[in-house]
Amino acid sequence: MRMWFVCRFCCPAAQSNSNPEWEAKVLEYFKGQLREKESHSWVPSLNDVPLHYLKPNSLVKFRCLVQDMFDPEFYMGVYETVDPSTKANVLRCGKYKDVTECGVDLNSRNTVTAERQTFYCVPIPGESPWAKEISFLSAARVVPSTSYVPSRQKRSYEEDDDDMDTQPQKQREPHTEPHGNGDSKRQETEAPSSQTTAPSDCSSHLDLNFPLPGERGPACLVKVYEGLDSFKLNDTLEIYGILSVNPVLTVLGEEKDPSLLLLNPTESMETPEEQRAHDPPASLVPRLHMLYARPLQHNNPLLPSAPTEDQSAFVSSFLVEMASVRAELLAYLTHVLLGDGLAAEYLLLHLISNVYTRRDVLPLGKFTLNLSGCPLNSYTERLYQIVQQLVPCSYRLSMSLHTMNSMRLVPKKDYVANRLVSGALQLARNTSLFLDETQLEQGQLDSSGVRNITALGNLISWQKVDYDFSYHQMEFPCNINVLVTSEGRSLLPSDCQVPLQPQVTPPNMEEYLTTIHMAQFTSQINKFRVYLSLARTLDYSISDEVTKAVEDDFVDMRKDDPQSVTAEDLHRMLVVARLLSLSLGQTTLSRDGWMRAKHIDMLRRSRTEQQKSLNGNEP
Amino acid sequence: MSSPTSTPVGSKRSRDDIPVTPSSDGLASPPSQRRRGQDSSNGDLPAMPTSPATDIASPAVHDTSLFSSPRRSGNFLPSEVDMSSPLMYGTPSSRVEGTPRSGVRGTPVRQRPDLGSARKAPQVDLHTELPSADGAVASEQAAGQKLVIWGTDVNVGTCKEKFQRFLQRFIDPTSNEDENAGLDLNEPLYMQKLEEISVIGEPVLNVNCSHVQSFDADLYRQLISYPQEVIPTFDMAVNELFFERFPDSILEHQIQVRPYNALKTRNMRSLNPEDIDQMITISGMVIRTSQLIPEMQEAFFQCQVCAFSTRVEVDRGRIAEPAVCRNCNTTHSLALIHNRSAFSDKQMIKVQESPDDMPAGQTPHTTIVYAHNDLVDKVQPGDRINITGIYRAVPMRENPRQSTVKSVYKTHIDVIHFRKTDEKRLHGLDEDSDQKLFTEERVQTLKELAAKPDVYERLSSALAPSIYEQEDIKKGILLQLFGGTRKDFSQTGRGNFRAEVNILLCGDPGTSKSQLLQYVFNLVPRGQYTSGKGSSAVGLTAYVMKDPETKQLVLQTGALVLSDNGICCIDEFDKMSDSTRSVLHEVMEQQTLSIAKAGIICQLNARTSVLAAANPVESQWNPKKTTIENIQLPHTLLSRFDLIFLMLDPQDEAYDRRLAHHLVALYYQSEEQIEEEFLDMAVLKDYIAYARTYINPRLNEEASQALIEAYVDMRKIGSGRGMVSAYPRQLESLIRLAEAHAKVRFSDKVETVDVEEAKRLHREALKQSATDPRTGFVDISILTTGMSATARKRKEEVAQALKKMIQSRGKTPAMKYQQLFDDLRGQSEAAITKDMFEEALRALADEDYLTVTGKTVRLL
Repeated sequence: MRMWFVCRFCCPAAQSNSNPEWEAKVLEYFKGQLREKESHSWVPSLNDVPLHYLKPNSLVKFRCLVQDMFDPEFYMGVYETVDPSTKANVLRCGKYKDVTECGVDLNSRNTVTAERQTFYCVPIPGESPWAKEISFLSAARVVPSTSYVPSRQKRSYEEDDDDMDTQPQKQREPHTEPHGNGDSKRQETEAPSSQTTAPSDCSSHLDLNFPLPGERGPACLVKVYEGLDSFKLNDTLEIYGILSVNPVLTVLGEEKDPSLLLLNPTESMETPEEQRAHDPPASLVPRLHMLYARPLQHNNPLLPSAPTEDQSAFVSSFLVEMASVRAELLAYLTHVLLGDGLAAEYLLLHLISNVYTRRDVLPLGKFTLNLSGCPLNSYTERLYQIVQQLVPCSYRLSMSLHTMNSMRLVPKKDYVANRLVSGALQLARNTSLFLDETQLEQGQLDSSGVRNITALGNLISWQKVDYDFSYHQMEFPCNINVLVTSEGRSLLPSDCQVPLQPQVTPPNMEEYLTTIHMAQFTSQINKFRVYLSLARTLDYSISDEVTKAVEDDFVDMRKDDPQSVTAEDLHRMLVVARLLSLSLGQTTLSRDGWMRAKHIDMLRRSRTEQQKSLNGNEP
Repeated sequence: MSSPTSTPVGSKRSRDDIPVTPSSDGLASPPSQRRRGQDSSNGDLPAMPTSPATDIASPAVHDTSLFSSPRRSGNFLPSEVDMSSPLMYGTPSSRVEGTPRSGVRGTPVRQRPDLGSARKAPQVDLHTELPSADGAVASEQAAGQKLVIWGTDVNVGTCKEKFQRFLQRFIDPTSNEDENAGLDLNEPLYMQKLEEISVIGEPVLNVNCSHVQSFDADLYRQLISYPQEVIPTFDMAVNELFFERFPDSILEHQIQVRPYNALKTRNMRSLNPEDIDQMITISGMVIRTSQLIPEMQEAFFQCQVCAFSTRVEVDRGRIAEPAVCRNCNTTHSLALIHNRSAFSDKQMIKVQESPDDMPAGQTPHTTIVYAHNDLVDKVQPGDRINITGIYRAVPMRENPRQSTVKSVYKTHIDVIHFRKTDEKRLHGLDEDSDQKLFTEERVQTLKELAAKPDVYERLSSALAPSIYEQEDIKKGILLQLFGGTRKDFSQTGRGNFRAEVNILLCGDPGTSKSQLLQYVFNLVPRGQYTSGKGSSAVGLTAYVMKDPETKQLVLQTGALVLSDNGICCIDEFDKMSDSTRSVLHEVMEQQTLSIAKAGIICQLNARTSVLAAANPVESQWNPKKTTIENIQLPHTLLSRFDLIFLMLDPQDEAYDRRLAHHLVALYYQSEEQIEEEFLDMAVLKDYIAYARTYINPRLNEEASQALIEAYVDMRKIGSGRGMVSAYPRQLESLIRLAEAHAKVRFSDKVETVDVEEAKRLHREALKQSATDPRTGFVDISILTTGMSATARKRKEEVAQALKKMIQSRGKTPAMKYQQLFDDLRGQSEAAITKDMFEEALRALADEDYLTVTGKTVRLL
């Protein structure tokens, strides 16, 4: 069964308009179909399949992050067209479409205005290559559509070469009949032609507004019809919707007659920048009319994505393995961290940390790790590569003076283009942000540098980013795992600092790390990946009995030396205990767990103290 | 219905259809030619852009100019129709509304592009219109003389009559709007306003919609639903009334009615397609204004051959250029004469949702607003405004050559009335600037809460529940959130009295000071959070910058000004540079901010409470030192804080246990349990907002007595030891705190309980911060002069000892610095630090006894 055939049902149904509840029914139908096992894997994904291989007006899915929310727009939900030859009036449906059929009767009293909103969506920033690859492979396995299109590719290129010279409108003219998409041949020529009419120079001045530099992939304007309030900025979603790449949408400001612009008030409302941001060429930024969106808890393709029975079965089967996988991962990380077992332990805890709730302004569960004493010479870079191999989403921010002064970390509202210009801190939940402070050199931070550092500090302490709206700031909570690598103690705050104590000093660091990495089988790495994503999602509780024990312990510790343990330390130890339990697959805190947490925290503290006294002795 | 009625109406409609279906062009031409013929009669008149000459012979001109561009759904039948048709609107005078009788004649009508500049899509085409018009006639005949404007239920006559009655009779004795200042509240309000117009000559009548509603709900409904038809009717009514009363007044143009405060006030988010073409009031913040756009209303064409001229109205941004001159039949001979065409001013304004109205986690929406004529340039970017206007939607046209339309409407608001919500802040009267509306139920819940005896404790424990204990500090902050009563003594020359409570938290690092600050910042609507490390003086106050767009110098306000009426949270107060701190002096007592830079000299209001947090200089609080020594802040600044709290680690077992319990609970309690335990943050917010807005407690007799006693007591403590232990500033603090406490109870009177609590809290804070570590006494001079009385005495002694020593040496004009220091040390029995020695030297230098140059000390 192919989903996009279904899609065509919806439009004729609308035209007859016999049943007012058809809209709800359509949604029900799609949701029902997609809930069925594997059915969602039949839908081609915009993330994997190049745009010009996808049929316009077919059902596609898109795994993305909501980067910006545009203003709501009113569209013709139902409109009437007049056939010029027969003078017959036909009611048509404008939902899930960008463009009307020709001959719209603007004065018709049957016109129904409806509201929808546009979200600007980008692929999940910092998605690790392995995650992309795996989801691509799993998609290619089941999607038949991608296989047949390339065979026709050559012919379609020839066709549109001709079309380029002639009027591109000619093609659209026979589009009058409602089922224009029935003709698959035309479909294919249309899509690539819009691709080629927007050559590279066009895309260069069109900023797709990805949060991270060097990102690739399609950005998408998603038209949302239902449940507008349930979506938030920076949500990660898997959107199922109807793809629309009508070249009519590609009309750019350039070809507008300036005199016309002056006289027509509706045109002059938008600055060219705004037009470019809100109406980019459909070939570069396709439109997607959302039928159904599923919020993603994670973007790890190795895990079942939906919280179904499927998943719980998967979880319980994996729980058994958890302890052993943890041991293997720990060993692996110990190797990576040059034989430092304690640091490896902390790194592991950091990787499964997650802000699970907030008490008024206080985010609970965050665990920012500062690995100090990192060897220089691209060690951190390699370390990042290894982290990247393990987590589905990550980004390495090299904190060199230049990047701190020049890079835009905090998203800023551009009122001229009326969009939110993204910054590197606009990240999806549970992204691993790797701050490489070893790159920092002496010099002066300018005002934007100071602002960037402040933003990073806020991110670490409060797990929030204050987006710059020029006249005011707006606070967006986030959930980002921050790992800071530095030589000495980091200048940024952190929940926990671990000085790295290498046990081995390999003569060639690169080679050493590469061999460690190569030694792991893919299946092993995959296990680690599942482990890290899964441990994060587990529930956790503390029994009254253990609560009591912890209290007693705290009082005892304070009795000996009130300075040694503060409330902050208790906070941290509780987080460590939580992560430690979860990392072993235990969902309640046991006495042992607490003791272990205390123990490793003590080890860590003695190490930092040692470090301090060492530094203190230095002249 | 007679045929003349339908033809012109039809023609108007079909003209609109031109761009869509060019075939209808033919249909349109005959009537439009007729119109041109009519226009040509006054075509020789000098072209006055916005005020066509008024002539009794050309009522049609008025009519078309006033309604030159309403939506063409036949709402207004052109007046020529009225004249010829047997159907009439109300009284004859209303029919020729532009020029009724007497004085009106001399006053030109001004176009109202705000009501009709943008045409609406749903128009009726010729086929469907005729039968429905007949239907209207039929119903009219059935219901007697009840004709309504097409498409609405508005009868012009009745509507006008109702509005006139409203103007003549409406009285609002309880009005407290500042617009009505100086008016007699027991007289008809709007008649007084008309009188004002006759005196001032500004022909605009602002009408509060809530008045209309309370007077006549039906009229209000019509106004909201059909503003485009009803407002012109109101205009007519008001002009008739006005010129009847003041026949001799001369106005620039006829009075325009500007309704505001449509009760259907919404935020931008809740606008939906049903609001199209209705009158709405929304609030928001201006983010961009365009330059002035001269919008052509009427194009003036002149034939190059025979100088025959003609006028063409602009239709949806287009001018249909006449191809043939009707006089000499030359083709393509007509040229546009720009300076005889009629233009009107227009400005595009972008408004963004105000941050308070938004759900968390979403981006603010923006709306485009068009201001016309004299509303142009009324607002600036950054202004918070309430806009009353008509919501419009226009279909997009991608390409004139293309027939497919993008199925999206462009929406905007044609503004009728602006009201700046923050305008009053500049004037200084701002008791009710937060126009936050509370529902009845909400007020009820709040009052119930206030009636509880332990409301003070409840609220203070609801404050930052994640922070453990520190009850007194939370209570202090709670009182700060409520603030005192604002008193104005400017008549007697003392200016405003500070009502805001300032609090300083100092203490060990890691005692969740920042967390408290963050919490407060998140709680109050106009809070600002800055860190002393990262902020400069200009960042706090205001700076002048060049606007990138207009190239003008503009004043950008900083955190302190932005938090006017709110709380400015300053973290790391001790790390602030001295110059930055110095600006706080003025803000924290006078509550204003004077700026003199780049040619801009002004004084801004900064009635902000300051909540600051400072760390001790030596990273750990040294209990052996005074507060001043610990945090190294100038005492002039410290004395401006009403309450200074120390947040120290109490180091006691029972406390530890409770703390541990609290923290562990934090880590496993579910959301629901948390909800049960504490007051909702939203309730707390509303409670504070309500109290701040509506409760203004005053001291009663006993409370004043109690305050006096308290002050006298405080003075007494010190006088026993020969020190001043309290200053009037402390008394003022006490009053503020007592008032705030009364506000917490929702009480209009400050009673003895409030004073008791204020005293207690003040004492607690003093005990923590103003205890002299050497003697153990509370010594207010630590905070007011920066030095405890004993320390001062000590300093004096050292100076005297040094002087004596130098004198005992005899006549040595110069001495070595180091040697002198060593000698003094040897001589004195108490340890003398270098600091003390230097201080002593300085003291002697001040007495002109000696001078210190480098390493040598010279006697004078």
